[in-house]
Amino acid sequence: MRSSLPVRIFSAAVTLALALILLDGLWHFFSWAIVHAVWSVPRGADGAPDTDLCRAAIGRGACWAVIGEKFRFILFGFYPHALQWRPAIVVALFVLLFALSLNPRFWRPALVAVWLAVLALVAVLMWGGVFGLDFVAADQWGGLPITLILATFGLALSFPLAILVALGRRASGLPMIRWLAVAYVELIRGVPLISLLFMASVMLPLFLPEGIDINKLLRAQLAFILFAGAYLAEVVRAGLQALPRGQQEAAAALGLSYWQATRLVILPQALRHVIPMLVNTFIGFFKDTSLVLIIGIFDLMTTGRTATLEPRWQGFGNEVYLLLAAIYFAFCFTMARISRLLERRLNEPHLPIEEPA
Amino acid sequence: MAVAALRPRALLWQALALGVVAGVIAVFSINAAHHLAARHIATGFGFLSAAAPIPIGESLISYTPSVSTYGRALLIGVLNTLKVAIPGCLLATLLGTLVGIARLSPIALLARLAALYVELLRDLPLLLQLLFWYGVFQTLPAPRQAMRPLPGVFLSNRGLRIPDLVWQPGFTGVAFALLGGIALSFFLARRTALAPGLAVRLGAFLPVLLLPAATLALYRPAFRVDWPALHGFNFQGGASLSPEYAALLTGLVLYTTSYVAEIVRGGLAAVARGQWEAGAALGLPRGAVLRLIVLPQALRLIIPPLTSQYLNLVKNSSLAVAIGYQDLVSIADTTLNQTGQAIEGVALIMAVYLSISLTISLAMNFYNARLARQAG
Amino acid sequence: MSGPAIRFEDVHKWYGRVHVLRGISLDVASGERVVLCGPSGSGKSTLLRCINRLETHEKGRIVVDGMALSDEPRALKAIRREVGMVFQSFNLFPHLSVLENCTLAPIRVRGLGRAEAEARAMEYLARVRIPEQAGKYPAQLSGGQQQRVAIARALCMQPKIMLFDEPTSALDPEMVREVLDVMVELAESGMTMLAVTHEMGFARQVADRVVFMDQGEIVESGPPGEIFSAPRSPRLKSFLSQILHQH
Repeated sequence: MRSSLPVRIFSAAVTLALALILLDGLWHFFSWAIVHAVWSVPRGADGAPDTDLCRAAIGRGACWAVIGEKFRFILFGFYPHALQWRPAIVVALFVLLFALSLNPRFWRPALVAVWLAVLALVAVLMWGGVFGLDFVAADQWGGLPITLILATFGLALSFPLAILVALGRRASGLPMIRWLAVAYVELIRGVPLISLLFMASVMLPLFLPEGIDINKLLRAQLAFILFAGAYLAEVVRAGLQALPRGQQEAAAALGLSYWQATRLVILPQALRHVIPMLVNTFIGFFKDTSLVLIIGIFDLMTTGRTATLEPRWQGFGNEVYLLLAAIYFAFCFTMARISRLLERRLNEPHLPIEEPA
Repeated sequence: MAVAALRPRALLWQALALGVVAGVIAVFSINAAHHLAARHIATGFGFLSAAAPIPIGESLISYTPSVSTYGRALLIGVLNTLKVAIPGCLLATLLGTLVGIARLSPIALLARLAALYVELLRDLPLLLQLLFWYGVFQTLPAPRQAMRPLPGVFLSNRGLRIPDLVWQPGFTGVAFALLGGIALSFFLARRTALAPGLAVRLGAFLPVLLLPAATLALYRPAFRVDWPALHGFNFQGGASLSPEYAALLTGLVLYTTSYVAEIVRGGLAAVARGQWEAGAALGLPRGAVLRLIVLPQALRLIIPPLTSQYLNLVKNSSLAVAIGYQDLVSIADTTLNQTGQAIEGVALIMAVYLSISLTISLAMNFYNARLARQAG
Repeated sequence: MSGPAIRFEDVHKWYGRVHVLRGISLDVASGERVVLCGPSGSGKSTLLRCINRLETHEKGRIVVDGMALSDEPRALKAIRREVGMVFQSFNLFPHLSVLENCTLAPIRVRGLGRAEAEARAMEYLARVRIPEQAGKYPAQLSGGQQQRVAIARALCMQPKIMLFDEPTSALDPEMVREVLDVMVELAESGMTMLAVTHEMGFARQVADRVVFMDQGEIVESGPPGEIFSAPRSPRLKSFLSQILHQH
C-alpha cells in the first residue's frame, strides 16, 4: 500500500522539521555539556575549591567540577573514605548477581544458593566487624549500595512471602486464608509507598516492645519487603493462572501431595512464565527506592540531592541530576532490554528453555 | 484442584493463620498503648477539631493558620491532591494517546522519537524527574523580570499568573448548559456515526456550542476579569499556580504519559490486522475503520491498564511532599509531627488512598462485568 | 486382593443443578478391561475422574482397591499410588525431561532411589517403544510419542489400575495406532483397565466389557460382541449408528 504523494510530502516535511528541532537541541546540549563546560576548578588558598569559574559559566556551560568534587559522596555517602573499596565491591557483586540471574543458562536450583551467598557477603562487607574488617554502622552507609540493597533484599526476602500469598489466594476450601491474602494485597497496592515508609519509620518504633530498637535503614527495608511482597504476589498469581489445569491434575493423579506438586511441578513452570514481569517489577522497585529521600535515608537520590545543597555548589543541580539519571538509566534500561529479550525467548514454545542434557 | 480440604484440617490451618495475625496485632497494640502512654500522646481522632498551626501556601477553600482546625487542613490536603490528580489524569491521557499513536506512525523519525521518549521517562525515577522540574521552575526569572508569553500571563519563579475570570451567578447556568450540550452531542453523535456527509456528522456536535451560547445570550452575565499586576516584589490579583504545583503536574503528566503511550500503542497494535483489512474491504475509509471498528476493540484492551495508571498517578502525587507542594501526605505528615499521633495520621492517609483505589477497582470490575456480558 | 478392584455403589454427583451422575453402580474386577462409551455429556469422564478423586462425588460410595474414597489425605495418597491415569491432553511436565517425568513420582511418592527409579523408567519407556527419547523434552516429541511417555509415566508407579480418559482423542489420526498398540499390549498383560474412548476397534479387540452411558446413567453393559452387534436400548442403537456413520 504505497502512500499517495501528498502524504509522502507531509511525511517528509514532518521529518525535516523534527530533525531540525532535534539537531538544534542536540547542538545546544553539546555546546553546554562539552564545548563550554568547566571541567575542574582551582583550589583556593585554604584548599577549598573556588567555584567562580563555574558560576561565570552558568547558563552557557556545564560545571562538571561539581561531579569531580562530589562523586565519591554521591556514590557512597558517609562511608569512611579509606574503606570505600568495600561498598564498591558490593556494587560490583550486585551487578554480577543481576547478570547471572538474567541469563537462562543459570536458571537452576543452585541459583538460590548463589543469591543467599551474595546477600550474606554484602552484609559482611558493608557492616564489617568480622574477618578483620572494621565495623561501619548502618547510619554511615549511603549512595548506590543503599539503593541496590533496598531493592535487591526487598525482592529476595519478599519472594517467599509473595509465593505463599499467591498460593493462599488460590487455596480452595480455605476461605479465611484466601481473605487474608486478598486483604494484604489490596491494602498494600491501594496505598502509596510513601505511606508505608512513614508507617515503618514513624509507627514501627511504637509497635515494638520497650528497649528493642531497629535502625532506620532496617525499618525502610521492612517496608520495602512488605511492599514488594504484595506486587510480587500478583505477578506469581498471574503465572499460576496461566498454567493449564491439567498439570495439577497429572501431578495429583501420580500421588504427589499438594506441596510436592506445587514445589516440583506448578511453581517451576509458573515462575518461568512470568520472568519478564518479575524483571519489570524489579525495575519499578529500583526506581521506588528513591523515595527514602523523604524519610531521610541516604540512598543514591538523597546523596545526590544533598550534594546540590552545599552552598558553595548551589545552582549546579542539573549536572548532578544528569549523573544520577545516567546511573539509574544504565541499570533500568539494561534490565528492561534483557527483559524484552527474555520475553521473546519465552514466547517461542517449540524451543525448550533449558538446553537438554 | 481438589485440595484435601478435610474440614477439621482446613479449620486448623485457618485458625492458625488467623491466630498468628491476631496475635501480632495484639502485641503491637499493647506495645503501642504503652509507648503512647509513656509519652503522654493522646489517641483517637480528637485532634481533628484542634487548631492547626500549619502554614498552608495554596488552598481552594479558606484557611487561617492556628484558627482553622486540623480537620480542615487535612481536607485542604485532599483537595490539593485532587487538584493535581484530576488535571493530571486528563492531560496524561491526552498526551499519552498522542505519543502512543505517534509510536505507530509511518513517519520513521516520529516513531523513533516517541519510542525514545517512552524509554527515557520510564527508566528514570519519578522523584528525580520531579526534582529536575522543580529546579527548572525555580530558575525562572524573578517576578520583576517575569516572562510574558501572552498579555496578562506572567511566568516567574513565584509561579504562573493568569487573568482570573470572576465567577458570576450566570456562569453556573452556562456551565450546566455546556454539560447538557455535551450530553446531547454524545447522543446525537452515536446516531449519526454512520451517516453519509461530513456536515451531518459534524452537526451532531453543534449543541456543545449552541446551548451555552444561548444561555449566555439569555442571561448576559457581566464579564469581569481580574488582571494580575506587579506590586512590589510579587504579583497581586489573577489566578496563580505555584511553581510547586507546576513542577508536580509537569513531572507527573510527563511520566504517566510514557506509560499511557505504551498502553495505547499496545491496545491499538493488538487489534488484529484482519480487522483493518475487513473494514477496508467493506469500503470504509481509513478514518471510519479506526473510529468504528478498531478503536472500540482497542479501548477494551486499553481501559483496564489505563485505570490502573490513573491509580498510580494518584498514588505518585504523594511525592509532592518532596518538593513542598502541600498535598494530603504533606499536611498529614506535618500533623502527625505536631500532634505526635503517628498511628492516626498514617491510618488517615492510607484510608483516603485506599478508598480512592477501591472505588477505581469497583468501577473497573463493573466495566469488566459489562464487557463479559456483551461478549456472551 | 479380594473383592472388585473398583466398586461404585449408587453414586450421584451434581455440578450445581446439573445431575451428572445418576445412581451409578458398577464393579470392575481385578484384571478386567472395561471400555466406557457414550455421547458427550454422558458423564463417562466424570465417572472416571471420580475414581482417583480428581472429581468428588456427593452421594454413594466408591471403593478402590479395597479402600473407600474420602478426602483423608493419607488414604487419598494410598489410592492414587495404585491408580494410574492417562489424560486426553497428555499433561506431561514440560520443564522436565522424559526420564524426569517418569522418575518424579516413583522417587517422591514411592520413595525409590534415583538409580532404581531411572532403571524402572527406562524399562517402561522401552515397553512403550521410545527408550531413545529419554533425554528429550516433551516439546520436542510428537503427540503420539508424548502420549506414550504419559502411559510410561503412569506405569512407572506400578499401579494396580490404569485409567484412560480419551487417550487418543487429541491425536492426529496417523498417531492413534501407535498409542492403541501400547494400550492393547498393556491390556493383554493383565492390567486392570478402565478406558473412556471412541475407538470401537480397540474395544472389540481387548475389552472384557463395554459400558454404555447416557445422561449420567449406565444404560447398557456387556461383552463387546453383544453390545456392538445386538444393542438392546434405543439410545445405544442411535449412538452406535452415529459412530458407525462417522467411520
